[in-house]
Amino acid sequence: MQALYAQLLVGLINGSFYALLSLGLAVIFGMLNIINFAHGALYMMGAFVAYFLLNLGGINYWWALLLAPIIVGIFGMILERTMLQWLTGLDHLYGLLLTFGIALIVQGLFQNYFGSSGLPYAIPDQLKGGMNLGFMFLPVYRGWVVVFSLVVCLATWFLIEKTQLGAYLRAATENPTLVRAFGINVPRMITLTYGLGVGLAALAGVLSAPINQVRPLMGADLIIVVFAVVVIGGMGSIMGSIITGFALGVIEGLTKYFYPEASNTVVFVLMVLVLLVKPTGLTGRAA
Amino acid sequence: MNTKSIASLLLTTALSFAAAGVASAQDKTVKIGALSDQSGLYADLGGPGSTLAARMAVEDSGLAAKGWKIDIISGDHQNKPDIGTTIARQWFDVDKVDVIVDVPNSGVALAVNNVVKEKNGVYINSGAATSDLTNAQCSPNTVHWTYDTYMLAHTTGQALVKAGGDTWFFLTADYAFGAALERDTTAVITANGGKVAGGVKHPLNTPDFSSFLLQAQASKAKIIGLANAGGDTTNTIKQAAEFGIVKGGQKLAALLLFLTDVKAIGLETAQGLNFTETFYWDMNDQTRAFSKRFAEKMKNNAPPTMVQAGVYAGVRHYLKALEALGGNPHDGVKIVEKMKSMPTEDDLFGKGEIQPNGRTIHSAYLFEVKKPSESKGPWDFYKLVGTVPGDQAFTPLSESKCALLKK
Repeated sequence: MQALYAQLLVGLINGSFYALLSLGLAVIFGMLNIINFAHGALYMMGAFVAYFLLNLGGINYWWALLLAPIIVGIFGMILERTMLQWLTGLDHLYGLLLTFGIALIVQGLFQNYFGSSGLPYAIPDQLKGGMNLGFMFLPVYRGWVVVFSLVVCLATWFLIEKTQLGAYLRAATENPTLVRAFGINVPRMITLTYGLGVGLAALAGVLSAPINQVRPLMGADLIIVVFAVVVIGGMGSIMGSIITGFALGVIEGLTKYFYPEASNTVVFVLMVLVLLVKPTGLTGRAA
Repeated sequence: MNTKSIASLLLTTALSFAAAGVASAQDKTVKIGALSDQSGLYADLGGPGSTLAARMAVEDSGLAAKGWKIDIISGDHQNKPDIGTTIARQWFDVDKVDVIVDVPNSGVALAVNNVVKEKNGVYINSGAATSDLTNAQCSPNTVHWTYDTYMLAHTTGQALVKAGGDTWFFLTADYAFGAALERDTTAVITANGGKVAGGVKHPLNTPDFSSFLLQAQASKAKIIGLANAGGDTTNTIKQAAEFGIVKGGQKLAALLLFLTDVKAIGLETAQGLNFTETFYWDMNDQTRAFSKRFAEKMKNNAPPTMVQAGVYAGVRHYLKALEALGGNPHDGVKIVEKMKSMPTEDDLFGKGEIQPNGRTIHSAYLFEVKKPSESKGPWDFYKLVGTVPGDQAFTPLSESKCALLKK
């Protein structure tokens, strides 16, 4: 029984990454209508920027948490301005193909230069060590990841669903012409939103760097699962992504305990089941 | 078509066959295919470095000056057996490749083994670990160069059991390699009076091992045996440190660890790990001289891993055999027989031999990862703990199930 609690907690930790990544994807899909396949590559860039900041600039983890999302977010905004904006109004497929191509190029470049086995990134001193919870030894860093991700997820949800800025955003996606008539610069808002989604991916990358290796393919390994999370949660649904992200992390953790061989596929089995019963995903609205 | 033209067609065909026959006896063209994981979790330990090693072997052989024409092509099997066999078939059928080298990933390696046998090519495997390549699935076309699961089990595994690690829990990569390594190590553990308390099989390329590590921790086994490789091993070791596993009294046995893995983990976390390799760049003047030349041509100036060193040594020996034959007969079995009949000797692995089952025998070394304070340079990672002579490290022929031995 103790082991089961431990697996639940570990699942929640992985769920934090799923939630943060799928949240970014949901924001981008919900506002820009782009299926952002470059999300994994941008997550990887977040981890690499943190690595560079530390090793080239001596800038520590805490600053990286702030700076890496901003730097990668700006990169994302440049992508949006130079490439993605031309796809407005076209079929989803174009965005998917373009971002997939971008992901391959970015990953290829990093791999060519840094190899595949990855670079070490140490856990910051303040978060080293662990606590004995009785049923498991919880590394402090992992506890921090859960708490921090939850806060970021809820703040993002609040920003989009509850503030005036979020209301403009949602309106702009529903009827851009009308919103523009109110004097709001819709293209700039779209660019900033893409930057926000990308920044969330990069933030997850920084959080992940001390746990996983900083590897060029770290995003490619994760992105398919994250897409499954978004599909199960309902494309574009903010709260759906957050809840599904955490829930799937837990389910995956339990699978690792009961039948480890299936742990890589359980998410997809669930996706099939959910889509059979509810094609719009758990919290998605019919188009 | 009249009788005359049929006759002339037959004559031309007969002549061209005769010409081909003459050509093959003196044929001095060779095509080498370096088949590896070029982009995935084993790319750094083999990959482009293996292609470079093959190229250096060709250059060092000096055969070009003697009129030989040797080409190298490379391919990415992506750790998928179907892709590996497709490339291998295309290489033999279309590109006329003579020899396939490297092929890490036991699943791909065993699949390619069958293709090479079918096409009567030569297969010098360096990257794969499964001992089945020269045991149950041995082939007259295959030479397995660098290491295998039997050797890993009988060096690292045995040393740890004898040092008191008598209960084990396995974290095993869920494919041919992991299964072979767990099987061979289990045999060693039980033979030495230890027992296996349990294990989990994880999918290849798993980013998070915490669930598995918690199970290993709960088993209270003295040793947690890592029957995985590359990125999977580095992630396991790193996350085990995070969960305080070693501090809690359990010991990690990295049954297979490469130089690039230690680099990726960092000495701070990797220090004290025991493991086995058959090549390390900093062994002696010859290995250092080769590694320096190799690193100058590698990105990030990385010295060769044992897999890349094995590719070099294997290709060198293959070319020596071809030279001894006086030309390339394009007959895999014949060339491999020649390779087996000649003792192996090179700067990297020293003296050795290729057994009738295709297994290359050379010394294996037990290493320990240095403390950060002991390391003097960017790749100065290992302390030599012990040397196991080749005849004790690898499967004795009396225990081998290879069909080639029953002749």
